[in-house]
Amino acid sequence: MTAAAPRSLTPASPAASAASLPALEVSALSHAYGPRRVLHDVSLRVMPGEFTVLLGPNGAGKSTLFALVTRLFDARQGSIRIFGAALRQQPGVALAQLGVVFQQPTLDPDLSLRQNLAYSAALHGMSRAEGRRRAEEELARIGLLERAGEAVRRLSGGQRRRVEMARALMTRPRLLLMDEPTVGLDAASRSFLLDHVRRLCREEGLAVLWATHLIDEVDAASRLIVLHAGRVRAAGGPEQILAEGGGGTLRDAFARLTDEERASEDRTSEERAGDAREAPP
Amino acid sequence: MTALHYFRCLEGIVRREALRFVQQRGRFLSALVRPLVWLLIFASGFRFVLGVSIIPPYQTYVMYEEYVVPGLCGMVLLFQAMQSSLSMVYDREMGSMRMLLTSPLPRWWLLGCRLLAAVLVAVLQVYVFLLVAWFWEVRPPPLGYLLVLPALLLAGMMLGALGLLLSARIRQLENFAGVMNFVIFPMFFASSALYPLWRVQEASPVLWHLCQANPFTHAVELIRFALYGRFDPVSAAVVGGALLLFGALAVLAYDPALGAIGRRGAPAGAAG
Repeated sequence: MTAAAPRSLTPASPAASAASLPALEVSALSHAYGPRRVLHDVSLRVMPGEFTVLLGPNGAGKSTLFALVTRLFDARQGSIRIFGAALRQQPGVALAQLGVVFQQPTLDPDLSLRQNLAYSAALHGMSRAEGRRRAEEELARIGLLERAGEAVRRLSGGQRRRVEMARALMTRPRLLLMDEPTVGLDAASRSFLLDHVRRLCREEGLAVLWATHLIDEVDAASRLIVLHAGRVRAAGGPEQILAEGGGGTLRDAFARLTDEERASEDRTSEERAGDAREAPP
Repeated sequence: MTALHYFRCLEGIVRREALRFVQQRGRFLSALVRPLVWLLIFASGFRFVLGVSIIPPYQTYVMYEEYVVPGLCGMVLLFQAMQSSLSMVYDREMGSMRMLLTSPLPRWWLLGCRLLAAVLVAVLQVYVFLLVAWFWEVRPPPLGYLLVLPALLLAGMMLGALGLLLSARIRQLENFAGVMNFVIFPMFFASSALYPLWRVQEASPVLWHLCQANPFTHAVELIRFALYGRFDPVSAAVVGGALLLFGALAVLAYDPALGAIGRRGAPAGAAG
């Protein structure tokens, strides 16, 4: 499976020029739900072959960012490009190159693994024969081929996650988004998912944006983006994050990066309270 | 993206809906029992209270059971449409709606496929109901069974589009009770499903106007006329117009730039 592998919906950009394009480019993205702003001027970039961890505590804006990148709705400001295709202007081209594993389960528990994967293949316009072939290929890669005819209900949580990943990969995306994919999984399932995806990055040039609030899912080869309170607090390799976060362990740096903000918010509110006290009656 | 991609997508969505339907036998049973309760119990009791005079499309006096069957066909479609809207909300919360919407095909097509799939399942239920009604000696002309098909599809699409529109607005699963109270019951009772409208007019002109404005009334009349081999142009126009209106509003509600989803609040599970 390479970037040049046949796909059902061939994007406009040829593979050669795509190599230099960022897989995902988010520029100056802001979004608000009514008066509540959840993303402030977020810019980030994921290159092909890169495993990028989007690290942020709960409520940092990760899921909103994912909702925007998967085009559940459009951002009020800013732009999103997937391999150069603007999501707003060329949604079909952009989405054809995207695979997603959502935080919520999306498999139909009553249907079999094969039926679930066939549905996804159809949504991408694949023929039934092609869908079946790729489903078997992906299920074999995650070691669940022999259970392809069973209802999803009978799988464990970790196995379901693997199937969701297989489903995301069967359409041969070049950019894979994973939204908190390891929540509720045991250590073995977690490391299976991480290893599998990291290998695809290395060997097949897959670009991955992996959202998590768990610092131990970062390894030395990962790129990191720290999102907190809707802003990008730091981005780069682990050393860079350490430098920006003021040294110590990565965990300390992350805590500082996400705490400092809170501290500064507290400061401003204290200042405001102070101003109010000093204001003439 | 070629027409072939579009067609494969439609096929996949219909197949999934059919598979889900086969899996959920309880849903099928309750969908069948509901109109049968009305036909076998309510209508049998009511026939002594309510005489139905000769009104089009009937050529002779009809028993109340016979009068009520098209309305009950409409009820099957109405419940199914709203149940499908519930399952859209459920889908969205569970994430599979989100997966549907990440397909590279245009969103209006995806929603249209989803709608058609749900309607096909509903129409199948209507035919099973008509079969049981046949044994209860409600026997429209044989050709009527064929002619009612386009009427059922059109009425089902219209009600489904309304359900789709509601699904973009409803956020919690519990709100299906609200849909029952504020959509299903008023639409069903303020219509010609259970009683001919001339009777309603005698009783209350205000209610009569309400019934006339209710698209469900026209859905029922369209089905009633078609079942007896006749075409009611007014009903067809109203149902078709309502389908266009609800369909357009539903597509707008799900539009990423204009839609209600992005403005109103986070998707389920997106706390921040």
